[in-house]
Parts: sequence; C-alpha cells; structure tokens
Amino acid sequence: MTTLFIVLILTFITIAIWQMIKIFDLSKAISGVKVDDSQIANDKDNTTQAKLMLGFLAFIYAITIFSLVKYGKFPLISNAASEHGAQIDTLMIWTMVLIFIVQTITQFLLYFFAYKYKGSKKSKALFYTDNHKLELMWTVIPAIVLTGFITYGLLTWSDVMNMQKNDDPMVIELYAQQFNWKARYAGNDNVLGKSNVRLIDIDRANILGVDENDPNGQDDVITTELHLPVNRPILFVMRSQDVIHSAYMPHFRAQMNCVPGMVTKFTFTPTVTTEEMRQNPSMIDKVININNIREEKSEELALKGEEPLDPYEFDYLLLCNKICGKSHYNMQMKIIVETQEEFDNWYNQQTVFKNSLIAQN
Amino acid sequence: MAEYIEFDKDHHAHHHKETFITKYIFSQDHKMIAKQYLFTGVFFMGIIGILMSALMRMQIAWPEEPNIFFDFLLGKWAPEGVMDADIYLALVTMHGTIMVFFVLTAGLSGTFSNLLIPLQLGARDMASGFLNMVAFWLFFVSTVLMVASIFVEAGPAAAGWTIYPPLSALEMAQPGSGLGMTLWLVSMAFFIASSLLGSLNYIVTVLNLRTKGMSLTRMPLTIWAFFVTAIIGTISFPVLLSAALLLIMDRSFGTSFFLSDIFIQGEVLHYQGGSPVLFEHLFWFLGHPEVYIVLLPALGIASEVIATHARKPIFGYKAMIISILAIAFLSTIVWGHHMFVTGMNPFLGSVFTFTTLLIAIPSAVKAFNYITTLWKGNIQFNTPMLFAIGFVSTFITGGLTGIILGDSALDINVHDTYFVVAHFHLVMGISALYGMLAGIYHWYPILFGKMMNKNLGYIHFWVTAISAYGVFFPMHFIGMAGLPRRYYTNSNFPLFDDLADTNQIITMFALMGAAVQLVFLYNFIYNIFYGKKAPQNPWKSTTLEWTASQKHIHGNWQGKIPEVHRWPYDYSKPGYKEDFVPQHIPLKKGEEEY
Repeated sequence: MTTLFIVLILTFITIAIWQMIKIFDLSKAISGVKVDDSQIANDKDNTTQAKLMLGFLAFIYAITIFSLVKYGKFPLISNAASEHGAQIDTLMIWTMVLIFIVQTITQFLLYFFAYKYKGSKKSKALFYTDNHKLELMWTVIPAIVLTGFITYGLLTWSDVMNMQKNDDPMVIELYAQQFNWKARYAGNDNVLGKSNVRLIDIDRANILGVDENDPNGQDDVITTELHLPVNRPILFVMRSQDVIHSAYMPHFRAQMNCVPGMVTKFTFTPTVTTEEMRQNPSMIDKVININNIREEKSEELALKGEEPLDPYEFDYLLLCNKICGKSHYNMQMKIIVETQEEFDNWYNQQTVFKNSLIAQN
Repeated sequence: MAEYIEFDKDHHAHHHKETFITKYIFSQDHKMIAKQYLFTGVFFMGIIGILMSALMRMQIAWPEEPNIFFDFLLGKWAPEGVMDADIYLALVTMHGTIMVFFVLTAGLSGTFSNLLIPLQLGARDMASGFLNMVAFWLFFVSTVLMVASIFVEAGPAAAGWTIYPPLSALEMAQPGSGLGMTLWLVSMAFFIASSLLGSLNYIVTVLNLRTKGMSLTRMPLTIWAFFVTAIIGTISFPVLLSAALLLIMDRSFGTSFFLSDIFIQGEVLHYQGGSPVLFEHLFWFLGHPEVYIVLLPALGIASEVIATHARKPIFGYKAMIISILAIAFLSTIVWGHHMFVTGMNPFLGSVFTFTTLLIAIPSAVKAFNYITTLWKGNIQFNTPMLFAIGFVSTFITGGLTGIILGDSALDINVHDTYFVVAHFHLVMGISALYGMLAGIYHWYPILFGKMMNKNLGYIHFWVTAISAYGVFFPMHFIGMAGLPRRYYTNSNFPLFDDLADTNQIITMFALMGAAVQLVFLYNFIYNIFYGKKAPQNPWKSTTLEWTASQKHIHGNWQGKIPEVHRWPYDYSKPGYKEDFVPQHIPLKKGEEEY
C-alpha cells in the first residue's frame, strides 16, 4: 500500500506543478505581459538552469559524502580474511582514490563551466576548435596513469591466480547443485577420488558421483559445511552438476564459477579465524547494528503474530553468485575458519566416503 | 542567411501519390520508419521495460510483502500479491533484454540513424528504402514475439539477459527455459536479421549518398557515430546469431555444443563434450560491442547537441572521430572482461584487462573535449542541452568505475554484485537514455514540426537526473558490501540486513524516476497534436536537416539538394553577424574552413 501512496503522491505533485506553470503563464497573459511561448530558452531560463546546474553539482558532492560516511564504515574494502585479499584491498583503495579525484575534478569542471558560461542574448561564444597540446595532454596523462594501474593490476592478478606448486595446498572440492553446496575433502592422501556426474548413484548415497573403485576416493569426506584450517593454503576444485553457479566468498576476496562439464580452480589462504573476525571492532559494530535492525523487525513481526527473527552472529559465507534458478537467492554454505587443532577435531568426526555408501544387494 | 532556403518550390520530382498503407504502415520513407522505430522501440518497449524495473525495485525494497501492483500486474505469478521467485528472475531477464536490445539498440539507432543519416548527409532517402522497410518489419515481428513470450503459460525466459546455458537450455532447470526461451531465441533471430539489414543500409548510405561537398570529415559527429555503430553491429551481431542457432540445436535437436555432463532432477542427460564457456565467449563477442552499439549513438547525439546549444564548435572534431574509431576497435577485443571468473585461463584474463583499461584513454579524450566545448561557450539551456550535459556527467561517473571492473584482480570480488549493476546502468543505461532523450527533444521539431514544452522538459530533466544518481550512486556501495545481483530477496542473509534501508531509498528514487517519465510522455504526445508550430530552425543549427522541407515529403528537399561547403560546427565564427553558419553557405573569399 505504501508504494501506491508514494506513486499517487508523486503523480499529484507532478500534475500540481504542471498546473501551476499553466496558471502562471495564463496570469501573465491576462495581465498583458508579453509571454514568450517560443519554447526556446531565453536569458531568464539560462540563468535559472545555470543555477540549478551548480545546485546539482552540490547534490552530487553531497550524495558522495553521504555515501562515504554511511557505507565507509562497512567492512568491505578492509578486513580481508585471506592472504591475497589484503593485496586486492590495497589495489582497490588506490583505484578508488584515483576515481574520486578524477570524478570530483571533472564533475566540477562540467557543471561549473555550465554555470559560468550560461548564454545570453548579448554574449557570443569563443570560436575555439582545436588545441593539439591540450589534447595530447589528456591523451598522454591518462595513458601514463593507466599504464601504472594496468601493471599494478596485472601483478596482483598473477599473484592471486598463479598457484604455487610448492605451497602444498590442501585440496577441497566445492560441488554445486540447484540449490545447495557440498564440500569434498581429499582425505589423508590429499588426492580427490575421480568423479563424474554419470557415476551418481542416489540409492547408494553417492551423491557427488565419486568413482567407488578409485583408491584415492575411499578416504574423501563430503560435508555440507566448509571448515578451513587457518593459515593453510587451500586449493578449491570446483564442479557443478546442473547449471553454472559461482562460488563467491566475499570475505576472502575469492570467486570462481562452477561450470558443468569442467573443473575450475581457485586458491587462497585464510588468515583470520571466524572467532577472530567476530572480535574485530568494525565487525562487532556491524553485528550490533544488524541486531538492532533485526530486533525492530522482530517487534513488527510480533505485532502481526509471527515468529521473531533469530539474533545474528557473524559467519563467513559461500554464496552463489551466478543466476541459477528459482532459489538462487538462498544458495549458501557456512564457512568456518578455525585453528588446525579445532579443524582436526571436527574432521575426525566426519564419515569417509567408503563408509558413507549404503550397501545394496 | 540563417533562414530556410527556398530551393525551387514548385519542383515536386519525388512526390508521388501514397495510400494510407504505403504512407503509415509499409512505408519506405526514412522519416516515417524513424517514427515507427520511435513508437515501437522506445515508447512501447520502453514503457514495458520501465514498469518491469519498478516491479523489481519494489520487490527488493519490500521483499515477500503483498503489493497491490504485483497483484494487479502479475496475476497468477503473484499469489495473494506476493511475487513469485521465478517471475522475479523473468523480470530481470526481460527488463535487460528489452532495454538493451529493443529500446537502446533498435529504438535508439533505428530512430536516429534513420531520421538523421539521409537528412544530415543531404540524401533523398536511405540507399534502399525497401530494405529499410523490411528491417523495421522484421524488428516488429521480433517485438511481437518477445512481448508474446511474456504471456506464455510457464512464463518468459528467466535465465538473465545473457541466457547462459545450461540454465537457458534445460526446461528442468527453470520453467522459463521452455517455450518462453524458445520465443526469446526466435525473436532474437528476427531482431538480428533486422539489425543487420538496417546496419548495412546505414553503411551504404553514408558511403554513397552524401551530397556534393559532404566529405567524410565534414560529416556531423552524429553520422560518424551511427556509421561506426552500424559497422560494429555488422561485425558482432552475426556471432550472436550463430550462438543462438547452436543453442536452439542443443535445446531442440539434442546436440552438445554448450552442454556436457549434466545430472538434473535425478537423471543424467546425454550431453557430452560441450562447453558453456564457449557460449559465454560467443555471447560476449557480441555482448560487449553491443554496449558500444548502445553508447556510440548517444555520444554522437551529445556531440551535436552540445555544440549547437553551447553555440560553439565541438572541441577537437578530428580527435572525436579518432576516439570513436578507437573505442569501436577496442570494443571488439575486450569481451573477456565479462568472464574473468568463468575459469578462463588467467593469462587470457591479463590480456583482456590490458585491452579493457585502454578504452579509458579515448573515453577520457571525449569527456575532456566535451568539457572544453562548454568552456567560454554561450550556453543555451534548452532541454536537449540539459540531457546532453547530464549525459557527460553520467558517462564520467559510470565510466570511472569501469577501471575497477576491468581490472581482473578487483573484478574477483565485485563481479556479479550490485556494483556491476550500478556501473553499467550509469555508463550505458542512463547515459544512452539521456542521449536518446536529448535527441528526441532536439529533433522533435524535425519529427513532428512542433515544439515541446520547455518547462515540462526542465521538470523532466531535473527529476530524472536526481533519481538517476539517487538510484545508482548508493548502489555501488551495496555492491562493494558484497550483495549479489539477481537475488529475489536478501532476507536469507542477515549479513545484508544493514543494506535494507538503502535498498528502500533506492526504490523510492527509482519510482520517482519512473513516474516523472509520465511528464515526458504527456509532453511528447500532447505537443504532437497541440504543440506550438516549430520554426524552420529553432535551435539555429548548422546542419542540413534544418534546411529540409518542414512538411514531410518523400525526397526531403523540394527541388535541389543543398550542397555543402564547410564542416558542421561553424558556431560563433568570427566574421559573421549571426552566431552560426549553416553547412550549405559557401566559404567567403579567403575564409579558412576551420
């Protein structure tokens, strides 16, 4: 209903403004003032519009400052929870600085010139067609600045994407299907058993299509939560059984699509445990803020006789970030980063693949 | 000097008798075809596209709440007024398809290339009037099919406008991938055929039908932009056609071009050996140039409008042409930047990062040249000028964030989040829309012989401008907070609860922006009938379209076609009393061209 009211009000405002303009014009016509109805801007229009141009510049600056203040405190381009994440964040900050400088200057020039050189009957524009020096300047300067950013970006990219063989990463498969995630750990041999969707046998609970005869697969562990030991490089091997999904782990600055029919890879080293991230001051603020919002919402729900929302506690998440069907918006998996000891405890409680199969006669 | 040139008024060489059908329906006259594109592409499809975005925005702001509009407009897809998750994705898909292809490609190019190429070049009509007519009617068929697909039983296509298989290929994956997707593909096949015929016609007309004296470097920048747009279109659209045909074969004839190893709904499908990534390559080989097919005409229009209303030559005419060509060339070798995280070889990612960031150079040249054109101008704030300035503003704001998205390392974390949505809506959506609106306001006197109301135009611009920034500026930040796009609701992620109020603000601005388009619609339609009659050359422009017969006749000029003696930007030239010298006025003795 609110929306209906908003739209109605907006429509009425528009109509009202239009009517006011009409009445204004009419009253001028009646009072005998010569009305300029050429519908071409005259000096008065130019003056008004020029002022509005300046006003709009102020609006752009205001919305920029507002956004920076309001959203700047979100832990987004800081507090990366992975080793390479910090590198990406630094690059991001430098790029943002560049963008904000260029944006502020160019928008100023654009709207200020629009304001300053507003037209009038008396004045005439300067006939100024070319200036090769100027043009060379704003070709060469962006080219130099960009060369710097391209080089910096490419170095970061190759650092992130090139897996170091000697890192001895722990191998984990991320398996996507409409609409949930599974993780498969490679076990003590750190080698995943061969797999193909053609080997899926629901009756035997072989849901990921792991080759039952492959010795490497026997000790694999399939889970619905992703536990990661801190400070250990992880090699993610990704598969999808139906459509394209994307494994998005924003806190680790990690993302890779899961494509049916092929295997994709991404490596990162988590550096902050879930517990540590929960103690991070900006994360504490964020969680308090979210819980306040949830409490308010719960009160509203209580009035309607519905169940209140659970309080929120921070957890790393793996989200699906490629449109994949109806429940795309709810395809997630919890990620828990913990110490090696905690990880081992958890891992030892899991059932290995060969024991998870249901025997059939 | 500035007034209408009476070329031999009694000469009616090209005027022959026309029936209602040949004049209004199967017309071969470029001006009528331009209007047909305007009404079908821009108005009809535009209204549908805007309505869809309003529905989506309301869903995002007030998720899973009953809404009277959903109840009214979505019917069975919104049981008890609550939007269904499948239909949300369908809206995302159809909004994208309609806006990108129908409104901003066919609507924008179709209207202005058709209207202006012959008029600004001094041609009687397009090279082939018949082909032009066929192109429009193919587009019309495509429109009918696309709109029809909205009404099929299982809903329209819902795999995103990029229709990545397997989601788009398998009906088991999503109901929209049934008949809805079939209609989508067939509609696009017609669309591509239309676009190709149209583009070829534009290219041939520009190369062959320029009037005497109209050398390539005397063409207005609008024509340069339309010309280059048509070339990119002919290079890249056929690739989408082949992708669509292969997808149709995968869907209907059991081939495996894009599909392999799929287990869905309890069964293994027979597909083997195909690759969805291949489809992504083919799609984006069109998809990225497509962005420039949308943007370049707007750049052209903005150049023309800014020069005319600033009463000043466009700064760096030749640099503008070179940058259009550079952008066009680069646009065909950057498609991979949509695919950094698809599993493409990381080295290929590096190459695409490099080529993508290079686009910033010609873009910077354009932005600075526009700004310098305003410097020491005598700016007349007519409505088209406001939209042209707005265009430069959003082009800069939206373009700058491209430096983040084009950088493969940074793209990892903002890929497919609302940051992308904000970026491309500003840089191609809003910018192209502004270019189109500037064009409509500017050439309305040519289209309909009437003037649009300036005060309504001012209201339209300022409310639209505030809404556009209000919607898309904060959207960058919720994207950087990691909010993925195309989510039906965010309520399953308490992590994003603190973004809900921003989403509501964005929706308010979006609804405001949508509502104010009604003012434009009213201004546009009312003045066709009751508007003040336009003078021959209301904006005191130098280009040839303002010398043509105001009454639309077949052949554009009564009598001889004007000859061209100078470049199109002689505004405020010293030595002349008036502040503009039209292109058909001969150079004075000893006068330098520019």
